[in-house]
Amino acid sequence: MASDRGRATEEVGATVETEQLQITSATPDSALLDLPWRLPLADWPTDVLAALPRGISRHVVRFVRLDGRVLAIKEISESVAFREYGLLRQLRKLEIPGVVPLGVVTGRRDDDGEPLEAALVTEHLAFSLPYRAVFSQALRPATATRLIDALAVLLVRLHLVGFYWGDVSLSNTLFRRDAHQFAAYLVDAETGDLHRTLSQGQREYDLDLARTNIIGELMDLAAGELLDDEVDEVGIGDALIARYSELWEALTGVESFASDERWRVAARIERLNDLGFDVGELSITTDIDGTTVRIQPQVVDAGHHSRRLFRLTGLDVQDNQARRLLNDLDSYQAATERQEEDPQLVAHDWLQNVFHPTVRAVPRDLRRKLEPAQLFHEILDHRWFISEQAGHDVPMPETTRSYVEHVLRHRPDEKAILGLAPGEEDPDDVAEPGDPEDDHFHLST
Amino acid sequence: MATVTFDHATRIYPGTERPAVDQLNLHVEDGEFLVLVGPSGCGKSTSLRMLAGLEDVNGGSIYIGDRDVTDVQPKDRDIAMVFQNYALYPHMSVADNMGFALKIAGKPKAEIRERVEEAAKILDLTEYLDRKPKALSGGQRQRVAMGRAIVRQPQVFLMDEPLSNLDAKLRVQTRTQIASLQRRLGVTTVYVTHDQTEALTMGDRIAVLKGGLLQQVGTPREMYDTPQNVFVAGFIGSPAMNIATFKVDDGVAHVGPARIKLEREVVAQLTEADGGKVTVGFRPESLDIVSSTDADAIPVLVNLVEELGSDAFVYGTLTGEFAHDAEVRSGAGEDQVIVRIDPRDVPMKGDTIHVAIKPGKAHVFSAATGNRLS
Repeated sequence: MASDRGRATEEVGATVETEQLQITSATPDSALLDLPWRLPLADWPTDVLAALPRGISRHVVRFVRLDGRVLAIKEISESVAFREYGLLRQLRKLEIPGVVPLGVVTGRRDDDGEPLEAALVTEHLAFSLPYRAVFSQALRPATATRLIDALAVLLVRLHLVGFYWGDVSLSNTLFRRDAHQFAAYLVDAETGDLHRTLSQGQREYDLDLARTNIIGELMDLAAGELLDDEVDEVGIGDALIARYSELWEALTGVESFASDERWRVAARIERLNDLGFDVGELSITTDIDGTTVRIQPQVVDAGHHSRRLFRLTGLDVQDNQARRLLNDLDSYQAATERQEEDPQLVAHDWLQNVFHPTVRAVPRDLRRKLEPAQLFHEILDHRWFISEQAGHDVPMPETTRSYVEHVLRHRPDEKAILGLAPGEEDPDDVAEPGDPEDDHFHLST
Repeated sequence: MATVTFDHATRIYPGTERPAVDQLNLHVEDGEFLVLVGPSGCGKSTSLRMLAGLEDVNGGSIYIGDRDVTDVQPKDRDIAMVFQNYALYPHMSVADNMGFALKIAGKPKAEIRERVEEAAKILDLTEYLDRKPKALSGGQRQRVAMGRAIVRQPQVFLMDEPLSNLDAKLRVQTRTQIASLQRRLGVTTVYVTHDQTEALTMGDRIAVLKGGLLQQVGTPREMYDTPQNVFVAGFIGSPAMNIATFKVDDGVAHVGPARIKLEREVVAQLTEADGGKVTVGFRPESLDIVSSTDADAIPVLVNLVEELGSDAFVYGTLTGEFAHDAEVRSGAGEDQVIVRIDPRDVPMKGDTIHVAIKPGKAHVFSAATGNRLS
């Protein structure tokens, strides 16, 4: 471990010459040293903070802007900070969607030489949305279902790699738009543990905790009058369990069939692909007389569509976005009658002639509103919508212009939403008038 | 309320040969506060997770009351993991924060209110019930979190290092709170910690584990006064017990000219494997300062004096021929001896003091097995 830890140090205060601030990080960034580590995080001045932190957390968490990035800083004890940092790094290696761990800051002292808690630094996910923001932007019941779907996929993926979360909740998750769906990212791994495999008890407990937390969080939104009265909190919590169980069964369940039904092997793989998973290993066993075949996926990897799109175009996007882009690529191939050609060549042309021109046609100042792949997806939706109205196919450049004027301009900027739902007052904020935190309340929302 | 029984409970992780928990037999009485303690990797957390249903049990059984729960799912075991999550919901009142799990479970409103009020009374939160969490202090917020577990009225509370994330001051405060709360509620509690001080101060009984094996279970006093083996002797107590290996001749353990008379039944238990030696443990407070001319005097060179006001401790090394003959260790390290002395009569660093083990205060263990002989 020691070899891959870059280290940067700074002397803190003349009074404590031997004590040094230490940053442990795989990707050290000297700009981190400019942050006011001598102050307790709760007292950091407004000018370094990006906005008010908003999850429900038992620790002090703040967001700062640094070199064009947004960093999340959490104050916790040193051993817990190193543990979580290590876990987040392992999860990254396992390709689990989560926040990027940047480092741990230890050896902090205030100006009087008193020790301060260690801090875990992670990079905030651009274009990610806290659930409170998602719920208040579009209070359709379908939104809740899509969030729960995304969380179920994340939880299944975590459980497949042997990660027991211990505190699954909407607060510990961030959501990114993923075409018509959302993709969920793990934010907090403090209570988690990586095992070789998880027992059924561990999975069920994690799931039960998730259900309780989600219902609690929704009840909290309801208590703050931020949730439509129609929303059934318990129903949404139950939906997570149903969705998770369904997906877990699809990914890991044993399927038996007669030996003359071998097409069912291909069908199972196709079904998993459709759910966004690749099958890395499938066990096939037959009984002694060979009349029954049993299959069970042993290794499945999420990201089936995003891997395929990446191979073809080099675009690195989320799975449902990739699915949407691949569909458009397929139509392009059909429309240009190039089905016989090398798919990579066709993909290259599609990128040059369709994707890039469309994204570039969006004025630069509006591109912060959505990720490029999400923009493209919404423009495709818009094309379908205006083509139907016009009664003929509207070309992409015209669609894009229409989309920018009629849709995008009126959308909120989502590159860095940190914070409360628009219009929500921070109930935990005991700010006095003139409190430095007052001003940057809506800085990004 | 219920008893908890581990009956030869064994957990072997896939791909490993040595069990993480090996044939654990442990009975927790109804209403008892039992602490599982031991160093990292000893199996304490695994044991707790087996009881919680989070780890498969590969051999033996686990009972809550008379019910075999070995294969019962966690949520059906009627247990509560305390402190796993104590984030409070900002828009909800304190009462709703405590009672929302009951609401999810579909309990009638009146019953929820009743249980919440009862818990609030115990937790001293009655006057805050209709306020929002922001109005509470840090300690009160923690009590709300405890309230969440209490209102569920589980048969057993499970706590896995609940204080490890807290700063030192809050840790001591919360330690006392949990212990007194548990006594008031009388709910059977199994508590895991690596900290022997936490174990001694909180538990009705303590179970010490090492390498997946139960070493000893008993009251704090029993663990302290009669440790069953060298490991427990060295693990329980702060500062730790001094442990030395002495030669035995004619029923007397000796190092240099100092000698300790061994009881006949102790000598009778020595075997060939012991190689004519015993391991002797003596706590820092079981040593008397004696004259250098005393027959049993053991000379100690003072390296450091730690003054705590009510107490003072000498951290020293054996000198002279003792240094050569004795294999000594203590909580301070190899070749180190810790001696509690009168805080009003403190030697200087570099002085040599002479100590002798108080009569009857030596703990004698087999040099071969480490098991208690005295």
